[in-house]
Order: sequence, then C-alpha cells, then structure tokens
Amino acid sequence: MKPAPFDYVRPASLSEVLALLAKHKDDCKILAGGQSLVPAMNFRLARPAVLIDINDIRELDYIRSDDSGLTIGALTRHAAFHRSVVAGPLGAMLSKVASNIAHYPIRQRGTFAGSLAHADPASEWCLVATTLDAAIVAKSTRGERTIAIGDFFNGTFSTDLEADELLTEIRLPALGQGWRTGFYEFSRRAGDFALGMALAALRFEAGIVREARLGVGGVSDRAIRLRKLEARLVGGAASPQMIDTIAHEAWASVSPIGDIHATPEYRRDLVATAVRRALAEAAA
Amino acid sequence: MASKINIDLAVNGTSHAVSIEPRRTLADVLRDDCGLTGTHIGCEHGVCGACTVLVDDKPVRSCLMFGVQAEGKAIRTVEGLANGDTLHPLQQAFWENHGLQCGFCTPGFLMLSAGVLEQNPDMSDDEIRDVLSSNLCRCTGYQNIVKAVQIAARELRARPRV
Ligand SMILES: Cc1cc2nc3c(=O)[nH]c(=O)nc-3n(C[C@H](O)[C@H](O)[C@H](O)COP(=O)(O)OP(=O)(O)OC[C@H]3O[C@@H](n4cnc5c(N)ncnc54)[C@H](O)[C@@H]3O)c2cc1C
Ligand code: FES
Ligand code: FES
Repeated sequence: MKPAPFDYVRPASLSEVLALLAKHKDDCKILAGGQSLVPAMNFRLARPAVLIDINDIRELDYIRSDDSGLTIGALTRHAAFHRSVVAGPLGAMLSKVASNIAHYPIRQRGTFAGSLAHADPASEWCLVATTLDAAIVAKSTRGERTIAIGDFFNGTFSTDLEADELLTEIRLPALGQGWRTGFYEFSRRAGDFALGMALAALRFEAGIVREARLGVGGVSDRAIRLRKLEARLVGGAASPQMIDTIAHEAWASVSPIGDIHATPEYRRDLVATAVRRALAEAAA
Repeated sequence: MASKINIDLAVNGTSHAVSIEPRRTLADVLRDDCGLTGTHIGCEHGVCGACTVLVDDKPVRSCLMFGVQAEGKAIRTVEGLANGDTLHPLQQAFWENHGLQCGFCTPGFLMLSAGVLEQNPDMSDDEIRDVLSSNLCRCTGYQNIVKAVQIAARELRARPRV
C-alpha cells in the first residue's frame, strides 16, 4: 500500500510540462487531482518513473463561457461545478452531475480533465462529454490538436492521447433556449461509481422535441450515445408512452458487462430505468 | 533515483522542516515525520476518509496527496482543532452525543466537518448528512455522528462571526 519510488517534478509553466512530457513519454505520468492515479500508485498498479505535477499551472485553471459553449481548463476541479458555472440548463445539469461524483473531499482535488484522461467507463464526466459531443484539446511540443469525443475513448482506461500529450481543455456546446436536461444515476452507496446512469438533453419548440441527446454510462467499456433513439425522439412530444418505448429499446440495444458489482442482466435493467428517469426529468 | 527532498510544511501554524522521498503520502509524512499521529490511515485509497485533513482550508484525503505537494500550503490536522484545553464545538458535540466509539474514524470526521462548516456554515441537516457520507465508521452506525455535527453546526452559527 505504498507507491514505488519516482522522481517528482512540479513545473511552473505549460511549456515546461510539454517539454517534460516530450522527454519522458511513457516513463512519466501527469499528476492532476491524483484521485485516481494515487490510489493506483498506492496499490502499485501504476509505477511511473517520473511524476509531473500540474497543480501549479494556474493558466490551466479556468472555465470560460460564451455563446458557443463552455471551455473547461485542465485544472478545473469537480468542486468548481458545485455551483452553476453558467446560467441555464447546462450549468444546472453539470452541478447535479458533479454531486454524484465521489465525495466532497475527493471533488476538492479531482479534475474534469483527469476524469476524461483516466477514461473510467463509469465516470460521470465521460458520460457528459460523450452525450453532449465535447471536443478535447490536446497539446504537445509537436503542436495542438482537437479530438472529437467520438474518437477520444479507446476503451476502459484508454484514450487517443499520445504519451507526450497533455489534455489542456474540454469544450462543451452551449444548451440555449428550449433545452431541458435529465440525469439519473444508480449506485449502491452515495458517492460510489455508477452501476448504471443516463443523461438526456432535449430541445423543445412548442412542446415538440427538435433536438435530442441521450447517453448511458457504467454499462460497457465506455459511455455510449444512443443516436438511433435520439432520432426517434425528434418530432415527438416525449410523452410517457414514448419514453417507455425508448427505455425498452435502450434495454435491447446495450450488452452490458458483468462484474462483482452487478450481473449483465441487472445492469441492462438499470439502463432501462436510468433512461426512463433521465428522459422523464428532461420532459417534465 | 528519487532522492529525498527538503521542504518546510506548515502544520497547524507550526513549520516542520522535513526531508522526504516524493513517494511518501501526506498522511505518512504527517504521522512519521511531523509526529502528528492524530491523522489516521485506514484504506490508503481514498475510500474511508480516516486521513482527512484541511489543505488551504479544504478537506482532502491526505493518503491521496504526496507530502511534497503540500509545500507552501496551510495544513490543519485534528491536533490543531482544540484551543488549548477548550474543545472545538465539534469535539464537544461528538463527546456529548456519543459520536464515537473506538475513535479510529473520529479525526477524519472532525476535520471533514470542520472544513465543510467553515466553507458553508448554513448547511441544512440534509446537506450535512450528504457530506458525512464521505467517510466510513465501523462502530457508531453514523446516527450520533450526524447528530453531533448538526448540533455543532447550530452552535457555530449562533456564535458571532469574525
Ligand atoms: C473513493 C473514490 C471514489 C470515486 N468515485 C468516483 C465517481 O463516482 N465518479 C467518477 O467519475 N470518479 C470517481 N472517482 C475518481 C475521481 O473522480 C478522479 O478525480 C478522476 O477519475 C481523475 O481525475 P484526477 O484529476 O484526480 O486525475 P489523476 O488521478 O491525477 O490522473 C488520472 C489519470 O489521468 C491522467 N491525467 C490527468 N490529467 C491529465 C491531463 N490534463 N492530460 C493528460 N493526462 C492526464 C493521469 O496521468 C492519470 O493517468 C473516485 C475516486 C475515489 C478515490
Ligand atoms: S486512508 Fe485515506 S481515505 Fe482511507
Ligand atoms: S468510532 Fe470506531 S470506526 Fe468510527
């Protein structure tokens, strides 16, 4: 239960971080909130030779909002979302989702970007990013690139980030006029990882759904967006009958994993329930 | 590789000069190098909360931070909670309401509650209950911990704020 030895560096600027990443590549790891990495190091599941602590890089600690959406810097902690960070449905939804991530002290340190880089399939932020079609910005000494969320996750704990790249920011599209959201998560105890969860965002015009986003998490190797079901919601009124149908189809469309926490059948039932409740909240 | 690093840690207002390997968690450094064994270590992976301390006024898991990361920060542990022989209202309330049995989890619950109540003195009873779900206790069944913190919160609210 004690980490293996490593060299520790705490650079003061982004360019130093990138230079260190370029130098050490696979031998190093970025230390952000440490709320996933340090447990893994304590268990010696992770044994980086060099740890690059980014907690002093103030230029990565920001949330900016404009008409196109929200830009979240890599040092933004989960706790930054306790209060709504932007007026309207997006801020309220992020705040509700954040309260489901781990516990208060863990949210003081854990970061939004660290959650995405860590790529736990049961991560709430991974579900949000997937469902809302986030864009991920990665930087290295080679330059900067933007990764569509659909290309970002390779599976459990695996992303498209190269060994020398730093995830610097996440861009979430705005949810303006007419958007309504719903989120439902089931876990055995408060603060535990989700056994199943769903996020829905619907844009209504005169009672009719014009755009829909629907995603589920905690059920397979990454969060999944249910695009076919989104298309079925558009043009309707998201009535209780329609929501039941969509929940059933979500049940039919997933093939969850089983582990010590829940059987595949149980998780599948949770998907139906989570989708129903998330949609009902968005349609209420 | 990984030679020791010399840093000063500010714990409860006192500076501690320590020479530590980077891999040592803040919890271990507090206990072994600063001699402050009030901070307990249970699980070492962030689940139990026995190691909770305040870093720049925020409650954090000291088993999930390295000691070297606390350089330049104000650390507060359970040893700094009482004012001389006068117990902190939280400590008094835990005592009076049987908020502890074996006491292993108590430093963590005290520092968690102290930090959260300083940030948000007006927390409702439900919010307090939610925050207390952060930490584990294997003895009390939690009811008396929740009760003690709710009572201390009222007591702290009634005090003139400085
Ligand atoms: C008891 C407990 C319960 C938890 N429950 C939940 C939960 O319910 N839901 C949930 O989502 N999470 C949960 N977590 C995990 C927590 O949210 C972490 O904060 C998060 O997974 C990782 O963020 P971090 O900033 O702590 O990253 P770190 O632990 O510092 O890093 C995680 C990984 O990402 C890499 N990394 C971090 N930042 C970057 C970056 N900017 N660029 C490139 N790579 C980077 C690191 O190198 C490392 O490999 C829990 C943790 C604990 C201890
Ligand atoms: S010892 Fe730190 S949370 Fe259990
Ligand atoms: S009093 Fe024994 S663990 Fe809480």
